[in-house]
Amino acid sequence: MFYPVLFLLLLSIIGFYLNKNRSVHLSKNQKLASLPAYYGYLAFLYIFIPAIILWLGLLIGKSIILQKYLILILDDSLSVMNSDEINLFLSKVKNLSAGISFGNESDLEKFAAEKIKSFDKIFSLLTYLVLTLSSIFAFLIARRKVIPNFKSQRIVEKIINRFIQICSFIAILITLGIFLSLVFETLNFFSYVNPLHFLFGLNWSPNKAFVIDSAETIDKDVLRDAFGIIPLLGGTLLIAFLAMIVAIPLGLMSAIYLAEYAPKKIRDFSKPVIEILAGIPTVVYGFFAALVVAPKIVILGKSIGFEISSESALAAGLVMGVMIIPFVSSLSDDVINAVPQSLRDGSYALGATKSETIIKVILPSALPGIIGSFLLAISRAIGETMIVVMAASLQANLTINPLEPATTITTQIVTALTGDTEFDNPKTLVAFALGLTLFFITLFLNYFALKIVKKYREIYD
Amino acid sequence: MTNLIKRKKAERRFHLYGIFAVSLSLLFVLTLIINIFSSGVGGFYKTSFLMKVHFDQKLLKLEDNPSIEQIEDASFRKLISYNFKENFSQYSKDELKKIKKLFYRKIDKEAQGYLLQNPEYLNQKVELLFTASTDIDQIHKGNFNRNIPENQRAINDFQLGIYDQFVETGKVKSVFNKKYFSSGDSRDPESAGVASSVMGSVFTILICFLLSFPIAIFASIYLEEFSKPGKLTDLIEININNLAAVPSIIFGLLGLGILLNFFGLPRSTSLVGGMVLSFMTLPTIIVACRSSLRAVPPSIREGALALGATKNQVVFHHVLPLAMPGTLTGTIIGLARAVGETAPLLMIGMVAFIMNVPSTPLKPAVGMPAQIYLWSESAERGFIEKTSSAIILLLIFLIVVNFVSVYFRKKYEKKW
Repeated sequence: MFYPVLFLLLLSIIGFYLNKNRSVHLSKNQKLASLPAYYGYLAFLYIFIPAIILWLGLLIGKSIILQKYLILILDDSLSVMNSDEINLFLSKVKNLSAGISFGNESDLEKFAAEKIKSFDKIFSLLTYLVLTLSSIFAFLIARRKVIPNFKSQRIVEKIINRFIQICSFIAILITLGIFLSLVFETLNFFSYVNPLHFLFGLNWSPNKAFVIDSAETIDKDVLRDAFGIIPLLGGTLLIAFLAMIVAIPLGLMSAIYLAEYAPKKIRDFSKPVIEILAGIPTVVYGFFAALVVAPKIVILGKSIGFEISSESALAAGLVMGVMIIPFVSSLSDDVINAVPQSLRDGSYALGATKSETIIKVILPSALPGIIGSFLLAISRAIGETMIVVMAASLQANLTINPLEPATTITTQIVTALTGDTEFDNPKTLVAFALGLTLFFITLFLNYFALKIVKKYREIYD
Repeated sequence: MTNLIKRKKAERRFHLYGIFAVSLSLLFVLTLIINIFSSGVGGFYKTSFLMKVHFDQKLLKLEDNPSIEQIEDASFRKLISYNFKENFSQYSKDELKKIKKLFYRKIDKEAQGYLLQNPEYLNQKVELLFTASTDIDQIHKGNFNRNIPENQRAINDFQLGIYDQFVETGKVKSVFNKKYFSSGDSRDPESAGVASSVMGSVFTILICFLLSFPIAIFASIYLEEFSKPGKLTDLIEININNLAAVPSIIFGLLGLGILLNFFGLPRSTSLVGGMVLSFMTLPTIIVACRSSLRAVPPSIREGALALGATKNQVVFHHVLPLAMPGTLTGTIIGLARAVGETAPLLMIGMVAFIMNVPSTPLKPAVGMPAQIYLWSESAERGFIEKTSSAIILLLIFLIVVNFVSVYFRKKYEKKW
């Protein structure tokens, strides 16, 4: 698939050297408007850019042409099938041509697979031919630009500037892509379920959507209380809350201690070690929560007479809290360090002890930043996936008891989209609606955090 | 006076809270690492039994001096059951079956492997190492309590007796598990390995790097050096900041909705995985690259401009090379985070049962973290050990990468 690109790069480099040599040759007798290399770059860009666009076009067009071609040659046998059967047939034949065989193919399918193989060969040959021709054509144009008063440097720089500008738009494109893909599928989902029932429903039992597979017409009343997000939201907030109970005191106190009390040696050692917690992949925390912490909590609960579920919100919340400690501590540390020394000195001069200075002077002046860091940590906890997928329950349960099982938005997104995914069923589509909700919640929290920091930040000196 | 004592006490208490918080956090790091390492180191070893095997030509139905293909085609089942009868002649048929259960299910394949490597074993009696079954492996490593009631364990008292006999006669050996590094996933913990997932991760990260690194550098150059302040630039800035805070699972949904469903790229492949991860890594690299571009002092730019360089030449010949160390450090950190990312890969189907090591980024693959997730969901005790071992490998890799990035920064970073 990528060989044409390499081929194209080779052609462009050849073009670069041909043009460069020619201009070097030319510059012996007369003065050129630009350095010889720029005539080379010009050839490179002239060859590469149109050809790569052509290649992308061919790549996208290939599957459409293939489909047309197959239908054309197999017209008689395909005319007896309906559209679903044709799609099934085509995907099976494509698999067969890629070498994935289940051993139960009919002669027709084998024949079609052979056809696809020969088509692939012809098509790739054609691709190379088209690329070569376009390169030669482009090179001829670039060749004619090697004349003394042509300012190739200016053209090359213009192209490059345009290119890097396009690169910077990719961030917008990604956001747009996220938004569009989420919104599009969410609207699809809302054609099955009323948005109000989704946003305010108290029941979450997506398996009810199975009735759609068997029923001819969709009875929307069945889905009425199958997709209520409230229990998921409750579970998410409960687990995030538990995580914050662990992370905020430990993270903040660590930050204060390391910034204000700790000798340099301890600070230099402890800071990176605590940061290790931030670098550990979340799947490791999930493993730890599900297989180490949760069983321990169950045993502990039994010994003091509590019945604790092995998928309790507590295990997931505690481990998530540990994960977020470095997040809170490093952000708070930055804010505390930004408080000017003169404030501390002033407080000491008035006779305050160190702890009084911290509580009554430093923390209040660093408060916006600290609150901002808390909000960012919460948004992180809400969006965290692997820990809850591995340690939390799948069963929705509207509760505030941390000893009971709870499920989260992210867990349900994962369960909806792993395994069989059919995009005509609300059971799958709901993942996008949940994703959109999650996207907005985190967006709001981040925006809010930034706003607080900006609005209430005190600017000293 | 009492007031002062109270205040001093409060001061000491506050100090103690701080020490407590830091030491608790450090304790968490320690417990996590010790726990993973102590439960995972065993996975690099496997328990094996020494057994005499007579490679009888007749039982294998082989000719004299068989070719490699003939050995590959031969069935070793009969040979194995014959040798079991020979070695444990004093036991009944039922008991023999139970003894056989102490060994790995595919013991015939292991015998075949030995003969393929050493064709001279044919018609000889040799004592060879055979992998123990995962249940006995776990008991031997002490991960499973053998004193619980007989009906609650997979190994019964008779089998334990045989095992103890093996131990006494020195027939039990703990050997390095080469297979763990050379094979892909398997239904049996005895033969499951990380090779396919390591390769999957390598492809994914390679794609991620190839896509995100150039784009991020060009985007940062544009934003830092060329862009004029305005609404469009502001919009780009907001988007970059925003992308950095979007939960990773949302990127997975983007991959599913746009790359798989809309563009029809192949599901479960490292190509799509790498693309999705590059969306996530992009903001990290852009932020790092921009701050190092900003750190290059204006005198460099002015010097180059004074010598007649164009704006492009200033940036590409002078500023960018000086900003490279900082950018690379940021890139390494971003990629290290991408290596450990699991959630987006779940969305695009990179959580499949992959036995073969993928050969190109267009083949279905799993990454290391996804493999860890898959194994941890499995009920068998043997897989849990494999999970911890895979985590150890992943953590060691991340630690090495982080050290490299710190070293890089220390060595090449310039202070202006």
